[in-house]
Amino acid sequence: MSYITKPSARHPRLPSNAVGLTVRDYEGSMSTLCAGCGHDSVTAALVQAFFELDIEPHRVAKLSGIGCSSKTPAYFVSEAHGFNSVHGRMPAIAAGANAANRDLLYVGISGDGDSLSIGLGQFCHAIRRNVNMLYVLENNGVYGLTKGQFSASADIGTTSKRGEVNEQEPIDPVNLALSLGATFVARSFSGDKPQLVPILKAGLAHNGFAFVDVISPCVTFNDHEGSTKSYAYTRDNMHEVIETDFVPLRAEIKTDYADGSVQAITMHDGSVVKLRKVTEQYDPNDRSGVVDYLSETRSRGEIATGLLFLEAAGADMHGFQGTVDQPLVDIPYETLCPGSAALDQLQAEWR
Amino acid sequence: MAHDSSHGVNDFGLKIATVNGTGSASANGLLLQALFRMGVPVSGKNVFPSNIQGLPTWYEIRVNADGYTARSPDFQLVVAMNPESYARDIEEVVSGGWILYDSSRELSEEFKRDDVTFIGVPFADLCVTRFDGSRTRILMKNITYVGALVALLDIDMDVVKGMLQEKFATKQHLMEANFIAIELGRDYVLEHFDCPLPIRLETVDATKDSVMVTGNAAAALGCVYAGATVGAWYPITPATSVMDGFTEYCNRFRIDPETGKKNFCIIQAEDELAAAGMVIGASWMGARAFTPTAGPGISLMTEFIGLAYYAEVPSVFFDIQRAGPSTGMPTRTQQGDLLLCVYASHGDTKHIVLFPGDPKECFEFAVAAFDLAERFQTPTFVVSDLDIGMNDWMIPKLEWDDDFVPDRGKVLSAEELEQAERFYRYLDVDGDHVAARTLPGVHGKGAYFTRGSGHDKYGRYTEDSDEYVEVMDRLLKKVESAADAVPAPELHTVEGGSRLGLISIGGCHWAVLEARDQLLRDGVQVDYLRVRGFPFSSAVERFIDEHDVVVVVEQNRDEQLRKLLLLETNCVKQKLESITDYGGQPLSKGVVLEGLAPYLEALAVEVS
Repeated sequence: MSYITKPSARHPRLPSNAVGLTVRDYEGSMSTLCAGCGHDSVTAALVQAFFELDIEPHRVAKLSGIGCSSKTPAYFVSEAHGFNSVHGRMPAIAAGANAANRDLLYVGISGDGDSLSIGLGQFCHAIRRNVNMLYVLENNGVYGLTKGQFSASADIGTTSKRGEVNEQEPIDPVNLALSLGATFVARSFSGDKPQLVPILKAGLAHNGFAFVDVISPCVTFNDHEGSTKSYAYTRDNMHEVIETDFVPLRAEIKTDYADGSVQAITMHDGSVVKLRKVTEQYDPNDRSGVVDYLSETRSRGEIATGLLFLEAAGADMHGFQGTVDQPLVDIPYETLCPGSAALDQLQAEWR
Repeated sequence: MAHDSSHGVNDFGLKIATVNGTGSASANGLLLQALFRMGVPVSGKNVFPSNIQGLPTWYEIRVNADGYTARSPDFQLVVAMNPESYARDIEEVVSGGWILYDSSRELSEEFKRDDVTFIGVPFADLCVTRFDGSRTRILMKNITYVGALVALLDIDMDVVKGMLQEKFATKQHLMEANFIAIELGRDYVLEHFDCPLPIRLETVDATKDSVMVTGNAAAALGCVYAGATVGAWYPITPATSVMDGFTEYCNRFRIDPETGKKNFCIIQAEDELAAAGMVIGASWMGARAFTPTAGPGISLMTEFIGLAYYAEVPSVFFDIQRAGPSTGMPTRTQQGDLLLCVYASHGDTKHIVLFPGDPKECFEFAVAAFDLAERFQTPTFVVSDLDIGMNDWMIPKLEWDDDFVPDRGKVLSAEELEQAERFYRYLDVDGDHVAARTLPGVHGKGAYFTRGSGHDKYGRYTEDSDEYVEVMDRLLKKVESAADAVPAPELHTVEGGSRLGLISIGGCHWAVLEARDQLLRDGVQVDYLRVRGFPFSSAVERFIDEHDVVVVVEQNRDEQLRKLLLLETNCVKQKLESITDYGGQPLSKGVVLEGLAPYLEALAVEVS
């Protein structure tokens, strides 16, 4: 990915967070994406989320595959370790990394080509495994770096910039994630930072695979009339079904459940996610109800957004595995090696 | 009837033909172990189909007092339990040999030979009379042939019974059934035939410092001893038992005593691509991680292998080779992945590869592989094969030095990073071609972007020719510098030298060694070198230089080791000749001797 260092000058009166850092400390190098790219707004939302959560940058591991979206880990939290892997295979790197060191905060950034075509298998299995990570799919319905081919998320009837019409059924990552048992499923819009930031924060707090599908328009190849992933179309057709508010661990929780429309869910780390229903009868804990609701809205051409489904309790990959709480990388070799006496004992059985 | 006089006490080959899925594997294992416990050197080769139940399967046992454990060059006794394969099984016994068969059904005339002795025992009838239930009868039929062999070969009954007692200590009824079956077979044979045969066992004391183990179990144990904590894999024959072994030994040695939780994480991946990615991800974090697979898996992993090479992420790959190409013959052995592993992935890549020759080296090289991977920060392969991996081998007891300290390579600590002014991931500061790395989560100053895209020595993205070339050139030198760190070649030379040299690799070793010993006894002087690692140490090129003709013995069609020697040494091409054997069976000395004959003639090697 291209690399332009940002000047480090900062405003002297920028506020600091609990670990003494300003929002600028959570930025990365200069983006080389097209001006107006939705991905840059997602990056900005991530920067905001990290800053507000008082995260120590070096405790973050940010990963990606290949594509425009996968360039973005370079653009946030420069003091975090990054891994720009191969196309569609970031989930495997993340699963292995998380297996080895469960204490870091894992953030994977992918795109619709990366997750829904070449990497569809890995995406599905990361969900099944419930790898503890925030997984952001920057969804624009198009391959940008190779100049405008349809991706697997392009809706039927969508026209490309060159005028071709997509006839193939799209893969809806939200629907897919729900069917695979994902424990945190959200959809948002790169142009709606107030909605996106608390969702990202909740995703970072979630113990398990937190999936956020972000409609993130491609200004160069898919922002025209006839596209269902353009800024205009998304603004006109999205509706928020759930409003998310994230209350960090240290904050006092003010309850306002009076009208019964707000649900407070305590996350694994003690923080609280408050979900306020915008749409009546929508229940973000009812998987099949959510699937039905989304199917209905989709058939009307609407884009339902918000933290659509959440199951905060439950085991992640380490829970399934029964791994020790201590990160495996921190276990001293002396503990890992059984030694010569054990070898002799074992070999007595090989006779 | 004339017997093959070169075989007799503690020296013969035995082949057992059965039907897959009938429980014969445990009977054959019992037999092999009994001979081993009688102190007699043995080896067992399982020739099995890619099938769960119903197809023919064979088990070859070689008994050899001199300790030669390569595949038996011939078979003096065949136990023919599968009518479907009678024709070829009966064909296989040497003239003067014996055929033990199930006479419950009369043997068809077409199978009869007059130069061998047929020993008919009504195994099926005996079991029908004695046991109830069809499954029990099928299982016990296998134990009755072991009983027959106890009598025919003079196997120590106490040893056999002792083993059954150990095996069925908690299952009294099974132990009793097995005892009955053993005695059924033994008593019938004692009553109806002269026992023992001229080929037979005699208790000696030649196995007390040895153990019986498969290469895959030993490799798995090596991973445990190396301190590997993450294993990722996709099931594939013949590599599956590596992860089975790792799981077993981890459950035994790696459970945290206080919490009962696991000090390891084993992930069954969705495919080999993901398995490779998981290894790279875990290694990136600083864990020792590995994946066991076979050729088809390596094919799928090559994209990730290139990433690990270029981004310099230590990672360990086990390739338990099977017969290719494509699906090939999944249950047959081969050395067909040598070039694949050495140059795996697109673009300019070259990898460290270790070639164990037996389970002992599977254990040792597994440990070495993690050290090499971390020291040189690069993918490292342990290339074994089905014969080594899945068959029971008699090997000297494994040893472990409790003072062993793993070589984690250059990894900067939080303190070192705190003191450093800046950190650049790919900057070689001391001229050994290896740059220090940092681990995620340790210190903000150590952060960098691991990437498979073009980068300069500072770890920054680049599309600049000079910056790109600089890193690529260092990578080449780095991997080449491992030539003296990989296991050195094993040399067997005659005094005064020889004009003829042999080079071999992996499990071919034992047949080559046996063939060479025979040549030496016949007065033919031959030197021998076994390659154990790549990049080749300078000793390999020197060996070729010092001989007029060097014959490379390997188990693939395309002379892959010979070609690798031509590519990676400055040897004279015309010197290198080739013996290839790629039908899928373990190598036996006959193939080597036959292949060498023309060169011996041409060289007119002096025969004393």
